[in-house]
Amino acid sequence: MSNLVGIEYNRVTNVTSTDFPGHQPGDHSWDIEKFKDSFDINITNISDGVATFDLIHIDTSIANAFRRIMIAEVPSVAAETVYVFMNTSFIQDEVLAQRIGLIPLKVDPDQLSWVDKTIDENDRYTEDNTIVLSLNVSCSKNSNSKSSNDPKEMYKNSHVYAKDLKFEPQGIQQEKFKDSPVVPTNPDILLAKLRPGQEISLRAHCILGIGSDHAKFSPVATASYRLLPVINIKEPITGELAKKFKKCFPPGVIDINSKGEAYVKDARKDTVSREVLRHSEFDGKVSLGRQRDYFIFNVESTGAMSPEEIFFKSVRVLKNKAEYLRACPINQ
Amino acid sequence: MSKIKSESDDAFNELLKEEYKGKRLTDEINTAEDKWNLLPAFLKVKGLVKQHLDSFNYFVDTDLKKILQANSLVLSDVDPDFYVKYLDIKVGHKTNSPPGYKEVILPPHECRLRDLTYSAPIYVDVEYTRGRKIIRYNDLEIGRMPVMLRSNKCMLDGMNEKQMASVDECPLDPGGYFIVNGTEKVILVQEQLSKNRIIVEADEKKNVVQASVTSSTHERKSKTYVVTKNGKIYLKHNSISEDIPIVIVLKAAGITSDLEILQLVCGSDPNYQDLFVVNFEEAAKLEVFTQQQALYYIGKRVKTIRRAGAPKLSQLQEGIEALATTVIAHLTVSDLQFREKALYIATMARRVVMAMHNPKMVDDRDYVGNKRLELAGQLMSLLFEDLFKKFNSDFKANIDKILKKPSRTSEFDALLSINIHSNNITMGMNRAISTGNWSLKRFKMERAGVTHVLSRLSYISALGMMTRISSQFEKSRKVSGPRALQPSQFGMLCTADTPEGEACGLVKNLALMTHITTDDEELPIKKLCLALGCESIYALDSATLHTEGMYGIYLNGTLIGTTRFPVKFVTDFRRLRRNGKISAFVSIYTNTHHQAVHIATDGGRICRPLIIVENNRPKVTADHLRLLLDGQWEFDDFIKHGLVEYLDVNEENDSLIALYEKDIKENSTHVATTHLEIEPFTVLGAVAGLIPYPHHNQSPRNTYQCAMGKQAIGAIAYNQFRRIDTLLYFMVYPQQPMVKSKTIELINYDKLPAGQNATVAVMSYSGYDIEDALVLNKSSLDRGFGRCQVVRKNTIQLKKYPNHTKDILSGMRVNENNEPIFPHRALGPDGLGEVGSRIENGQVYANKYVPTNAGESTLGGHDQPQSAESHRESSAVYKGPEPSYVDQVMMSVSDNDQALIKVLLRQTRRPELGDKFSSRHGQKGVCGIIVQQEDFPFNDDGISPDIIMNPHGFPSRMTVGKMIELVSGKAGVLNGTLEYGTCFGGSKLEDMSQILIDKGFNYSGKDMLYSGITGECLQAYIFFGPIYYQKLKHMVLDKMHARARGPRAVLTRQPTEGRSRDGGLRLGEMERDCVIAYGASQLLLERLMISSDAFEIDCCNKCGLMGYNTWCTTCKSSENVIKMTIPYAAKLLFQELLSMNIAPRLRLGDVF
Repeated sequence: MSNLVGIEYNRVTNVTSTDFPGHQPGDHSWDIEKFKDSFDINITNISDGVATFDLIHIDTSIANAFRRIMIAEVPSVAAETVYVFMNTSFIQDEVLAQRIGLIPLKVDPDQLSWVDKTIDENDRYTEDNTIVLSLNVSCSKNSNSKSSNDPKEMYKNSHVYAKDLKFEPQGIQQEKFKDSPVVPTNPDILLAKLRPGQEISLRAHCILGIGSDHAKFSPVATASYRLLPVINIKEPITGELAKKFKKCFPPGVIDINSKGEAYVKDARKDTVSREVLRHSEFDGKVSLGRQRDYFIFNVESTGAMSPEEIFFKSVRVLKNKAEYLRACPINQ
Repeated sequence: MSKIKSESDDAFNELLKEEYKGKRLTDEINTAEDKWNLLPAFLKVKGLVKQHLDSFNYFVDTDLKKILQANSLVLSDVDPDFYVKYLDIKVGHKTNSPPGYKEVILPPHECRLRDLTYSAPIYVDVEYTRGRKIIRYNDLEIGRMPVMLRSNKCMLDGMNEKQMASVDECPLDPGGYFIVNGTEKVILVQEQLSKNRIIVEADEKKNVVQASVTSSTHERKSKTYVVTKNGKIYLKHNSISEDIPIVIVLKAAGITSDLEILQLVCGSDPNYQDLFVVNFEEAAKLEVFTQQQALYYIGKRVKTIRRAGAPKLSQLQEGIEALATTVIAHLTVSDLQFREKALYIATMARRVVMAMHNPKMVDDRDYVGNKRLELAGQLMSLLFEDLFKKFNSDFKANIDKILKKPSRTSEFDALLSINIHSNNITMGMNRAISTGNWSLKRFKMERAGVTHVLSRLSYISALGMMTRISSQFEKSRKVSGPRALQPSQFGMLCTADTPEGEACGLVKNLALMTHITTDDEELPIKKLCLALGCESIYALDSATLHTEGMYGIYLNGTLIGTTRFPVKFVTDFRRLRRNGKISAFVSIYTNTHHQAVHIATDGGRICRPLIIVENNRPKVTADHLRLLLDGQWEFDDFIKHGLVEYLDVNEENDSLIALYEKDIKENSTHVATTHLEIEPFTVLGAVAGLIPYPHHNQSPRNTYQCAMGKQAIGAIAYNQFRRIDTLLYFMVYPQQPMVKSKTIELINYDKLPAGQNATVAVMSYSGYDIEDALVLNKSSLDRGFGRCQVVRKNTIQLKKYPNHTKDILSGMRVNENNEPIFPHRALGPDGLGEVGSRIENGQVYANKYVPTNAGESTLGGHDQPQSAESHRESSAVYKGPEPSYVDQVMMSVSDNDQALIKVLLRQTRRPELGDKFSSRHGQKGVCGIIVQQEDFPFNDDGISPDIIMNPHGFPSRMTVGKMIELVSGKAGVLNGTLEYGTCFGGSKLEDMSQILIDKGFNYSGKDMLYSGITGECLQAYIFFGPIYYQKLKHMVLDKMHARARGPRAVLTRQPTEGRSRDGGLRLGEMERDCVIAYGASQLLLERLMISSDAFEIDCCNKCGLMGYNTWCTTCKSSENVIKMTIPYAAKLLFQELLSMNIAPRLRLGDVF
């Protein structure tokens, strides 16, 4: 039984795993010990924003569940309601509000509680569940500017950036966010452009939400995985053909050894462009595949949380779901 | 021709910069590839709507003066010494105003906002008598002329981008339209059969051949025919009651000898002579031998319509008059010199004989060379002349009235009474343009629908409207000829851009690089021809006219002479034209079938520039192009130096034009190539030029896209947020396409785009994508994909009434808690909606009150103190399923001194189920389902598409261009470049595939995707990449409609019809048939009566008529009165029948 997904010229074969009981001879029942033995996590890279790690020997459904949960169900904080007091800029209130909503904020979501939508709108937002940001900018002529055509020099506040959003701590928030005041993760997101005489004055209420409700609540820019590429050279490829073979892959995937024979140096770097399958001279000499239970995850955070935290939270969410299902009466 | 000021156009100054569209000056210049640079240079000089501007400029600068000269004298019937003479006419400036000064009412945008007409004063210089003195008066205003935007009378002419911004005008707006009463009006280009030319047609079934000519002068329009009837030839004209044998006409025109007639018509060709000879018998039978007899013969048959007072003419005079002025009216006869006209009629007869002999010698009506385009200037000139004549006759009547008075207190000054009528010209022009009804008294012409409101749906729709050509042809007739694509349209009219349906092929669009000529003077050309060796017709021996090798020279269709050396004559003539000695727009060509050289100077011909090829070498070389890119040369320099020339359709047919430089050599052995195409993609127009790789698409798809490109929501103009139009659509984040074309850059679509680059996966997903439906990614929508805004204008006028009452605005009303009541929540203290506030269904945005006693006159109740003015609420209430926001409120004063309030309401809409989208390849589809991002497929990089499109859209549509757009777009995204999909060129697919390979993607653009639902790999590779998608204006929100109960029509008490009236959904005839067939009679009863207009009547079973309140008025009893329910419409019918003395009697009986 192969755990390779076949990459052929015009189709992908063997995409579904068959290691479940009853499909083929042998014992394929799931066993925690077996899983513990075989499962592995390889971390290739973790930085503030991005994490790349491999989940090895895990079922597709679980890996995909993590991906889906990271995108849609790990909560994060974003502006939900914008109260516009004054907006004489050219950008309309609705558009400005949408732009503010999409700004990722540096808030630990655990610091906030969920907003109860059943409560009347006037009492809904409290110091426990809402963060208030305000934006007050007005543009004026820059009197000491040289004759320039750059609006940034000619006018003050001609560009409104995310960093102009100011955190207004409410009640206990003063204490709570003493060490980490709420700021946009990326201060240089352009919100609007102003000209002298125009001004924007608004207040935004930021609450906890999940990505399936609106993309602004998604804590990740992308969270996805790819399967580990496998290149299998069936017949030795040598000489000029080897050079050509090497060229069919991204740099660093194939190398040529001292005998002039091509060998797979690092299949992980392959982007699976299938270029090699296009050339008839390699017919039968190589087969491409991807390892079905080797997931190379790439999680890119928007900045509120570290990517590993997002992943951990996704595990927690999945666990809760499992707990919930177990508690469901259908199980008894 | 057109003087271009150095700072005229900032947008095009880019051309002069060191680097233009990625091309540096120092780069090697390849003539074959870089000659397209002539195109932006052409557009810099000509602009996209130059035809309209040229035509209007010609009208105000030249044509007006001609009209003035033709109508320069106003005389009085009373005082023979009195006269008023017009000397000069000017629009928008006075005699001594500085050059370049333009007097217009207000900046155009202010006119739009305030519902005014953008116009300039018309000044005339007059000379007139006052008593014994002759007085000259300069700059007398006789009216106001609507000014075409960007014409040389418009204040925007010659402005740079900054100045434009200061008057709220968009520098990319093409202009070419008028602003009348605040609405933008376009006079569409009209296509007609050419005037003053002979057109020969044959009806083979009836065995009739006819040559016709439509004569058109400033004074009159008439049509003259030379037709065959039983093998004989006659002249037919509306003002002559009977067809005149051709020989008699020619005799009347001074060609009395039968031999000469034969020579003029048939030459020495025995075939023609045999065909023609019967006509002499006819004349002999009628005993017409001399000119006098012939003139008598004609004079007797003239329908005379004499104006009262004109002296009665003898029959001979009638004949002379008819021949001189009404037959072939565009040829003027002076001193009874009929030779020109005689030759013209002889030519017509000859053409008929030729067509009788060889049926192939007929003309094609649909041939573009036989068409003329009528533009705004010509139509305005017709209108102005009519109004000016009316003005003068009113003026004259007024003068006569005053001069008739025996004793006047003071000396009569004519100018005092001229101003009374000045409103006639102003109003006449305004009315004609704003209604589109062109009624010309002197031609008894009534034409409706000449003007249209400029469509401002998107930049492209406005631009597309300016290049549109409408045909005079009847839409309902089932002839395919005029609708078919004519080969002669090549390069002149867009091959793709025409609507579908009834106007298909009748409404056309100009190609990108075309010019429409204006009238040129005939006389200098005539003199030049004589100087070039043309023998004048007056010195011509009739016998030699049609001899072998003798070519007639025709100027605008009229024979002016002959030459034995047509080739030399034509080359000499062309050389003079290339040297700039004569206008570049005069065309000359030889027609060997007719042995004729035709010269055309008339206006309305479509022509286009081509590079001249001499000795198999294009005259434009790399050096010239370098000069152009350096900015030293402009397009006109290429004309001046004889490197490029304009060819009209007729002359084009006389040339051999190479598409590419390589084609020149191939043809060198046979016939010499004469011209080289500047750029092949100019066969398409502005709108079709948006399509990437159109040469890979099935042609109807390009046509569909041309229609849909005009419905796409996008950016409208730089001043779009300052505009207050009835309805405008904006896209929130428009993007320029990843795959552009050169046309896109030339028409600035990249600056005012209408669409977004969506990442598309071509695959089947969810089943909600059948029948072209699209699957949209919810996260993309959250992030702003396809978001658009709809702004709607609401106008409120505060009227003043004759009894000094007026409409007022009142503040909000409050409830007991001192809060404004719900309908008034959006109002400010002034009674108008506050900018930025949300308005929901049923709320008021302008709290207007009208006086209750507006109709009463104040005269009667003078003594009573005006009882405190009572007002009635008449507020403007917002209706709509979704709330709007107040965008702008404008207050102004309109023409008649009434307050004008415009409230602009805005909605921001995110795409929803059922909204319509389309790619640029005529592939439209509605949104079928919106799916969460995590359910979407994703690739190795974690990218999930914005749109999933069903692959079934491809096989039957054959839009290969769309696939190439995807591959090019994907390559561009990976490479960080914008790729080109220009027609007959663009980025090559092989290069694009190579980029994909280099970036680690599959060459075909197909990626391996993972299912977002199961997480497994998809079993097929998915075609995946960016495609430019347009959001079309058809949105569900504007169409959704349902009703349970609601308003009913007053007359029939049936539910109203239509969404706008909250109408019911009709169970129609066919649905009724189904219900009957099914046998569901109770359902039928319910649908057709109970749920519609059930009505209870009292019916008398005795007399069968309807009674009332259980009483039959006919029988005077309530004995047999039965209550029953019938449709109200039936009751109405019975009563209507009764009212016309028909008594419908109901006989009731039991069914069960």
